[in-house]
Amino acid sequence: MGTLYAIFVDPFMQMGSAPDLLVQTLWEGLVAGVLYALIALGFVLIFKASGVFNFAQGIMVVFAALTLVGLYEKGVPAWIAVFLTLGVMFLLAVTIERVVLRPLVNQPDIILFMATFGITYFLIGFGESLFGGNPKQMIAGELGLPRGAVEVKMLGGFVAFQKIDIAAAVIASAMIAGLAVFFQYTRIGRALRAVADSHKAALSVGISLNQIWVIVWFAAGIVALVTGIMWGARSDVSFALEIVALKALPVLILGGFTSVPGAIVGGLLIGVGEKLGEFYWGPLIGGGIESWLAYFIALAFLLFRPQGLFGDKIIERI
Amino acid sequence: MRAPDAVAAGDTLLAVDNVSLRFGGVKAISDVSFDIRKGEIRAIIGPNGAGKTSMLNCINGFYHPQEGRITFKGETRRRMRPYVAASQGIARTFQNVALFKGMSTLDNIMAGRTLKMNRGFFWQLLRYGPAMAEEIAHRKVVEEIIDFLQIEHIRKVPVGKLPYGLQKRVELARALAMEPELLLLDEPMAGMNLEEKEDMCRFILDVNQQYGTTIALIEHDMGVVMDLSDRVVVLEYGRKIADGTPDEVKRDPRVIDAYLGVAH
Ligand SMILES: Nc1ncnc2c1ncn2[C@@H]1O[C@H](COP(=O)(O)OP(=O)(O)OP(=O)(O)O)[C@@H](O)[C@H]1O
Ligand SMILES: [Mg+2]
Repeated sequence: MGTLYAIFVDPFMQMGSAPDLLVQTLWEGLVAGVLYALIALGFVLIFKASGVFNFAQGIMVVFAALTLVGLYEKGVPAWIAVFLTLGVMFLLAVTIERVVLRPLVNQPDIILFMATFGITYFLIGFGESLFGGNPKQMIAGELGLPRGAVEVKMLGGFVAFQKIDIAAAVIASAMIAGLAVFFQYTRIGRALRAVADSHKAALSVGISLNQIWVIVWFAAGIVALVTGIMWGARSDVSFALEIVALKALPVLILGGFTSVPGAIVGGLLIGVGEKLGEFYWGPLIGGGIESWLAYFIALAFLLFRPQGLFGDKIIERI
Repeated sequence: MRAPDAVAAGDTLLAVDNVSLRFGGVKAISDVSFDIRKGEIRAIIGPNGAGKTSMLNCINGFYHPQEGRITFKGETRRRMRPYVAASQGIARTFQNVALFKGMSTLDNIMAGRTLKMNRGFFWQLLRYGPAMAEEIAHRKVVEEIIDFLQIEHIRKVPVGKLPYGLQKRVELARALAMEPELLLLDEPMAGMNLEEKEDMCRFILDVNQQYGTTIALIEHDMGVVMDLSDRVVVLEYGRKIADGTPDEVKRDPRVIDAYLGVAH
C-alpha cells in the first residue's frame, strides 16, 4: 500500500503542491528534449535518404564540436572556425559517400550499419589525435551565446530559465523550420523527398543518389555541429557526449525512423519524461534512473505502437 | 521546346546486340538482339517471366547485362548508369507503379524536370531571382502535361491516395516531363478498366504523334499491341522468338505456339 502510494499518488501531490518546481522540471526536460530531437533528426535524414542506420550520428556531434573548439584553440577566430568546421563536415560527407557508401551500395543493410561503426571509431581516433582527448570548454561566449539566467516569478515561486537554454530552443526551432522549408520548397528538397519515397523512381528521373547522399550527410553534419555547440555550452566538449547521443535511439523508437515530426515530438517526450521521472520518481529507486528511463519509456511505448508515433504502418507484403 | 534531334526519323535510335543477363543460375535474357527506330512504337511481348521487364531494366541502366552491347543514339556503353540513361533522354514507367507516394501529383511531375533544372544550390536556398524564374518556367511545361493527360483535378493530391488507374497516369506524366527521346512503358494498362485502357491508348498514340517520342511498350493485351505498335519483338524464356510487324508476328507459328495459343 505504502509503495503504491509512493509511486502513483505522492509524486502527483508534489507536482500539485509546488507547481513552480514542476514548471522548472518541464522546462529542463524540454530543453534536453530539443537536443535529443536534433540528434534524432540527423539519424532520420540519413535513414530516409539512404536507408542507412547511422550509428556515427552521435560521434559526429562530438567531432563537430571538437573540431570547432580545437580550431579556436589553434588561434582561428570563433566565427571563422564555425565556417571551417562546416567545411570539414562537408569534406566528411563527401569522403563517406566516396569511400563507404558508394562501394557498399546494394550490400545488405547490416553491412552498411557495420560500416557506420567503422566511421564512429575512425572519428573518435581521428578527433583525438588532432585535438587531444581532454574535455574542452565550448566557445559559447565567443560565439555570442548568452550567459546567465532569467528568473520569472510565477505560481508562487521562481522559475529560472538559463539564457543558453532559451537560445538552444530558439536556434533548434529555427533550424528545424529552415530544414522544413528547404525540403518543401527547393528542387533539392524535392529530390530528397523523392529519394526517400522510392529509390528506383528517383533514379529513373535522373536524380543522382550519390549527390543526394552527400547532401544529407552534410545536412546531418550541420545539425550535428549545432547540436554540439548547444550541448557543449551546457556541459563541456568531450567524447562523453557520445552517451547523450545514444539517447537518440529511444527517441527514434518512439518517433519512428522515417519521420521528422516523430523525431521532434519523440525527442521532446523523452526529454520531458526523463526529467519528470528523475525528479519525482528517481528518489524512490535511489537515482540513476536517468540513464535507462528513456529506453523504458520507448520500449513500453513500442508494445502498443510498433511503428512508433508517426512511423508508417508496417505492412509486410507476402 | 525540344532540342534538335541527332537521330533522324526512321533511323536506329537504340540497338540491343546479343544481350545476355543472368541472376545466379537464372537466365533472364539469352543472347537477344533487336533495334528501336526513331519515332516508332515498338512493342515487347511474351509470356510471364519472359524477360521483358529485365530488358527495360538493362536499357535504362538498372541492370547490367553480362554480355552484349546496348547502343543509344550511336553511343555504346558497357555499363549504363540510370543517371546517365536519364540524362541521355530515356524515361520510363514501372510495372508496379513507382511514384513518390508522399508527394503531390504536381511535385511528382516536377521531379521529372530534375535534369532540366540547373540553378545552383545557393540560388535555390534564396528562392529568388533566377531560381524562381526557372521554377516558374518549369511549372509551365508541367501544367501543359497535366492538361494533356487531363489530371488537373488531382494536381495537389498526394499520389498515394489516388486510385491505381490515375497513379499510372501520373507516372506517365512524370516520364513525359523529362521530355524523353525514348519512353519505356512497362505494362501501362495493367489493372485498368476498359475506359481507362482506352484513354491510356489514346495518350500513348498522342505522345508518339504530337511529340514524336519513340516508345517501347510492354503489354499483355494483344488487341492493344496490334493497334498501337509499328513493330513487335517477342520474347520467351529470355530468348527472342520473333520480330516484325504486328501482322507478321501474329502469323508466326512459334508465336502462336508460345504465346497467342496460350493467351487466347
Ligand atoms: N532482380 C532479380 N533477381 C533475380 N531474378 C530476377 C530479377 N529480375 C528478374 N528476375 C528473373 O528473370 C526472369 C525474367 O523476369 P522479368 O521480370 O524480366 O519477366 P517479365 O517478362 O517482365 O514477366 P512479367 O510479364 O511477369 O512481368 C524471371 O525468371 C525473374 O524471376
Ligand atoms: Mg515484367
